[in-house]
Amino acid sequence: MTALIRNQWYVAAYSEEVGEPLLGRTILGEPLVLYRTQDGTAVALADRCVHRRYPLSLSGRDGDRIVCGYHGFTYEPSGACVYVPAQTRVPRTARVPSYQVVEQDSLVWVWIGDAGRADASRIPRAPWLNAPGYTTVRGMEPLAARYGLLVDNLLDLSHETYLHGGYIGTPEVAETPITTEVDEDAGIVYVRRRMTDVECPPFYANSTGIEGHIDRWQDIEYHPPGLYLLHSRIAPTGVEIGPDGDDSGAFHAEIVYAITPETENTTLDFWMVARDFAVDDAQVSEYLAKSNHTVVMQDVVALNALEKVIATEPEGYQELSINIDTGGLAARRMLKNLLGS
Amino acid sequence: MTATVYRIVWLPGSDRLHGTCHCGAEHDADDPVEMWTWLLAHPDHAAADQDGPPR
Repeated sequence: MTALIRNQWYVAAYSEEVGEPLLGRTILGEPLVLYRTQDGTAVALADRCVHRRYPLSLSGRDGDRIVCGYHGFTYEPSGACVYVPAQTRVPRTARVPSYQVVEQDSLVWVWIGDAGRADASRIPRAPWLNAPGYTTVRGMEPLAARYGLLVDNLLDLSHETYLHGGYIGTPEVAETPITTEVDEDAGIVYVRRRMTDVECPPFYANSTGIEGHIDRWQDIEYHPPGLYLLHSRIAPTGVEIGPDGDDSGAFHAEIVYAITPETENTTLDFWMVARDFAVDDAQVSEYLAKSNHTVVMQDVVALNALEKVIATEPEGYQELSINIDTGGLAARRMLKNLLGS
Repeated sequence: MTATVYRIVWLPGSDRLHGTCHCGAEHDADDPVEMWTWLLAHPDHAAADQDGPPR
């Protein structure tokens, strides 16, 4: 499943990455240059000068314009070329494609596909990422693997026990049954794993200060193709949500992944951890950022190895799926449907 | 309007999956491939029962 799904919104960057410097990034095989105009608007243009294809991301700026670093073709944020060297007439075809951009929840989304089909109201939300009362650590790792492998990975968290032991994995994760729901109308896959009276992994013990056993919820909400949310609730065993909905006795981490195909066989793995505890504690932020980066890199190594296996295997290899794959299979089917829509 | 939601519960203490279609039909299965085949056969669950792998 390497086919790329067009006519979708994808995260191209974090808001904090888009600024005065020109940022080059490839999304679904399309090279983009991203930057921010002087009024603060994020812009995405095709990263190829119309003249001799020089990457605009390797060029310079003149105010809100990009001046090609090769021969000086100069582009407005709209993509229109307004200057070519040594002649007064700018050819009418001198324009680079521009991409629709929506910036929300600290993410820069771009629409890849037919411009007339873009509907910003369909972009899934992740409000914790810049909401008051939360602190977020984040990063991005390029994967030398197809995005479907990251979807498989994230929809089945039983792998935490084996791949991420000593960080977020404990024996109980792989041993606890899951409930899977698919909302066809909303286009969302839910996978819920609720663990009671279980070991607290170092990732949460060291960040929350909890000693002893915990109740641990892993509630996945996957919005195919590009956004994955893991609502993680950690509480000392026995601490329940109050009858009025008060859950202040628990710790909440909102784990967010933006899954952005770069090419058919490479992926941009944007990872974020937002938390509602120790929000002003820089040491906790540093610890969670370092630990989660380690976890992500464990996945990167594994998925890069898997990509090599899949790329070289004969056609017709039959996988075996078991109960832990119920959500992953649902996600694959939704992706397949999106591909055909 | 009722939401179009499929639900599969892995029954604790067993290897069994219990599926519920948005139409209310229910089914037990031993593996997720069989379960999804049955659920997505809606509204023809009976045919999926006949065509499915032996249980």
